[in-house]
Amino acid sequence: MDMSGEYRIEASRDRVWAALNDPEILRQCIPGCEEIQKTSETELAAKVVAKVGPVKAKFAGKVTFSDVDPPNGYRISGEGSGGAAGFAKGGATVKLVEDGSGTLLSYKVDAHIGGKLAQIGSRLIDATSRKMADDFFVKFKTLVTDAQTASDAAEQPTPAPAPAVPEATLAAEVTPLPDPAPQVPPAPIPSAAPAPASSPAPRPGVSPMVWVAGLAIVVVAVLWYMNR
Amino acid sequence: MSAQGIGEPVRRKEDFRFLTGQGTYTDDMNRPGQLYAYILRSPHAHAELNGIDISKAQAGPGVEAIFSGKDMEADGVGGLPCGWLIHSKDGSPMNEPPHPPLAVGRVRHVGDSVAVIIAATREQAKDAAELIKVDYKELPAVVAVEDATKAGKPQLFDAAPNNLCYDWHLGDKAATEAAFAKAHHVTKIDLVNNRLVPNAMEPRSAIGEYDRATGLHTLYTTSQNPHVIRLLMGAFVLHLPEHKLRVVAPDVGGGFGSKIFHYAEEAIVTWAAAKIQKPVKWTSDRSEAFITDAHGRDHVTHAELAMDKDGKFLGLHVQTLANMGAYLSTFSSCVPTYLYATLLAGTYTTPAIYAEVKAIFTNTVPVDAYRGAGRPEATYVVERIVETAAREMGIDPAELRRRNFVPRDAYPYQTPVALQYDSGDYFETLDMALKASDYLGFPGRRDEAAKRGKIRGIGMATYIEACGIAPSAVVGSLGARAALYETAQVRVHPTGSVSVFTGSHQHGQGHETTFAQIVADKLGLTVDQVDIVHGDTDKIPFGLGTYGSRSLAVGGSALVMSLDKVIAKGKKIAAHLLEASEADIEFKDGKYTVAGTDKAKTFGEIAMTAYVPHNYPIEELEPGLDETSFYDPKNFTFPSGCHIAEVEIDPETGVVKLVNFTAADDFGRIVNPMIVEGQVHGGLAQGIGQALHEGCIYDRESGQLLTGSYMDYDMPRADDLPNFQVATNVTLCTHNPLGVKGCGEAGAIGAPAAVMNAITHALGIKDLLMPATPQRVWQAINPMRQAAE
Repeated sequence: MDMSGEYRIEASRDRVWAALNDPEILRQCIPGCEEIQKTSETELAAKVVAKVGPVKAKFAGKVTFSDVDPPNGYRISGEGSGGAAGFAKGGATVKLVEDGSGTLLSYKVDAHIGGKLAQIGSRLIDATSRKMADDFFVKFKTLVTDAQTASDAAEQPTPAPAPAVPEATLAAEVTPLPDPAPQVPPAPIPSAAPAPASSPAPRPGVSPMVWVAGLAIVVVAVLWYMNR
Repeated sequence: MSAQGIGEPVRRKEDFRFLTGQGTYTDDMNRPGQLYAYILRSPHAHAELNGIDISKAQAGPGVEAIFSGKDMEADGVGGLPCGWLIHSKDGSPMNEPPHPPLAVGRVRHVGDSVAVIIAATREQAKDAAELIKVDYKELPAVVAVEDATKAGKPQLFDAAPNNLCYDWHLGDKAATEAAFAKAHHVTKIDLVNNRLVPNAMEPRSAIGEYDRATGLHTLYTTSQNPHVIRLLMGAFVLHLPEHKLRVVAPDVGGGFGSKIFHYAEEAIVTWAAAKIQKPVKWTSDRSEAFITDAHGRDHVTHAELAMDKDGKFLGLHVQTLANMGAYLSTFSSCVPTYLYATLLAGTYTTPAIYAEVKAIFTNTVPVDAYRGAGRPEATYVVERIVETAAREMGIDPAELRRRNFVPRDAYPYQTPVALQYDSGDYFETLDMALKASDYLGFPGRRDEAAKRGKIRGIGMATYIEACGIAPSAVVGSLGARAALYETAQVRVHPTGSVSVFTGSHQHGQGHETTFAQIVADKLGLTVDQVDIVHGDTDKIPFGLGTYGSRSLAVGGSALVMSLDKVIAKGKKIAAHLLEASEADIEFKDGKYTVAGTDKAKTFGEIAMTAYVPHNYPIEELEPGLDETSFYDPKNFTFPSGCHIAEVEIDPETGVVKLVNFTAADDFGRIVNPMIVEGQVHGGLAQGIGQALHEGCIYDRESGQLLTGSYMDYDMPRADDLPNFQVATNVTLCTHNPLGVKGCGEAGAIGAPAAVMNAITHALGIKDLLMPATPQRVWQAINPMRQAAE
């Protein structure tokens, strides 16, 4: 099943890309996201609690990346298992295009759910997914544009008002993107965090930030998929 | 005749226990030391099963054992058998792939069983199942029959190329082609008979138990036919001799066919209980029932009807794709063949009929008999095309039917599709339905509705069904691997009360009352003096169970045979006691009398004498009064009827309101009119449910079941249904002793076509998919409105 969508975000493409790669922003944006863990160079695990009607399950998600092209976009695929609740899996191509002062984020998704989630929730998931997707993008836009505003106003060390993120957490999770991706802009919040681009030694593999973004898209995509 | 005899609306004896919560269903039973089984099921429609890691789960609290398909295979456990062999057009036997109780190597539908976890509590078993890691390699799935036969589509079994189970036909192809060649008009129609989930009120349950001391295996199960389960599971799956295997089906809360079949869970708990030497109980939850109880219907059909200029039917050609699901369930193969194509003559004299049926495997829950089993599908085809033909020919639908009915004097009537109808009067039944529905007053009601902005339509369906299944030799020659007689043992106790041990099984039909009425009628007793015992292979001589509206026609006939034997033996005893010739003894109203005298002995006195034979013809007669009979029917029985539906549609919302429904049925002799009416009502609710509400939907790509709960699978409710007008016409069955035909399935057979004919009549369209949901109806109305504007 194919599905696509587009959002305009009032922030520069570099900032949107950075935000899409910022685990803390994504953790805040993904409804029900509890934790994110890098399990290997090529795998990332995250736990998201999703409630669809009577089915409430903690999805353990796994994401793989390809075609990473900062800041233009990437292709992700992933799957999440909700135990007795079933499974979700899918892939998405995400593209960022400059649009005046803002950025157009477009995505194209193919996704599947199975087991009890499909059996019980196939009707309710419609409304639930709409809400989850809206929640995600509303929060995402807020965080990105707030950061943009804050950063436009002044290069202050004060964190942006919405997300109160411990600097150490963010710094610890930031690793450089692989070649050829040297131009990754600084994470938008908090401005005191070290920018990934300044890291001197790019390593092979995919940044966890990218993985996290992938997970977010998969979760949203899976839910959007059900909007049929 | 007793006041509680045949024809009396005696209140159901069993209802007190059911309505006061005192029924004993399988899940109410608990065996000492019992453990609980939970079955881990596939969330995928189609996947290779590469490995099952149970190491973590085994250490879970309360876990006793975990088994997979390989464990059962290693123990020599066989696959679940199919009870009917169908041969394809070319003479080759159907493809019959293995159906292991727990999957081996591959899972083929969402809900396919992967492993069984046995633990001290159900919750512990469920928790442990969460810890099992299954390595699935997902495969593409196919769920629709139209897709499954195409090239390049996913294949379920290597042994079944193009997912074909069989390619079967019935009837005279050349004669049918010749009929079409001379036709004045040909009506064509494409129909889908929507897949249904059976939804018995009581979910399935099974308890396995093994007695080390005696070597006896016991299975308590929610079954419509415990002897059949003992035979199939004992002989084919677990290889247990029948004298060491007892199957008990206690109170069962509804079946509608779905509890005929031998299910994997029955074999799993019986096998596991012996393996771990502890009783094991499994009970389905509602979600599990949706993905494991055999579904019903699921046909895609193209049909053509050839007529002469007067609307006389010349020939009928039917092509059907029947969805079998992922495996062959117990009687799945006979449903779209001998229970379907043989009914395509309907109530008509169509001289040439040719039916072609392809049975297809798909990644869905197996499909098998569901209330009506093949006959609703046949009726839907015949009655939709007949109604359409009437509209195309400009002939009143009732009149077109009359022109083609089997004449009153034509019985026994041989159809071109194997059956021979013994009796019926379709003209009279039609007239009863027309009158009861005020058919002639419809135009007035339509105009009145139009003033209120509503669209009214009226539609009818006649039907014939083959019940009283079945003459063993006939079905044997058609591929049945079972006999279809029935048994009854009548045990008269010394004081004259009676226990009947019947091979029929009741799960809602009211046998405990109707069978007792037959005994009361014959022996001059009250129904309270009679107990009907069923559902236990240790108590009942043998039995083939309850389905296909066969209990009264076959089981009831066996009962009459045994009662006749009891009465005859009683005559000998009475003759001895009354010192008269046996030929002069009459038995009536519970008394043996010497004809023309007032010398008499009551039935109770005779029974006492039989068990206390102090003054008894002991030289020529054994003591006791206990008789057993096996009744093998000579023919099917042929209930028939005419159902008329009247609907009112709101064009703004597409909501269809069923405003009137009339059912005139001929069930032969009626033993208990109240119970018959109840059976008709229940069947109608299911038939109307199929037409307006129910529909099982799989995602066409992923094979996921999307209508897997009552949020998405819409069951009919009381307020969806009108007050039914029910009438009965009686023509007796000519070949069984009671003259009965069977009533259990009629409502589900006639209603779908009647309702859809009414809706298409209202909208002036040819076809609409079932269920006719408001969305579908609104979409059908909308282009018409746009065109009008």
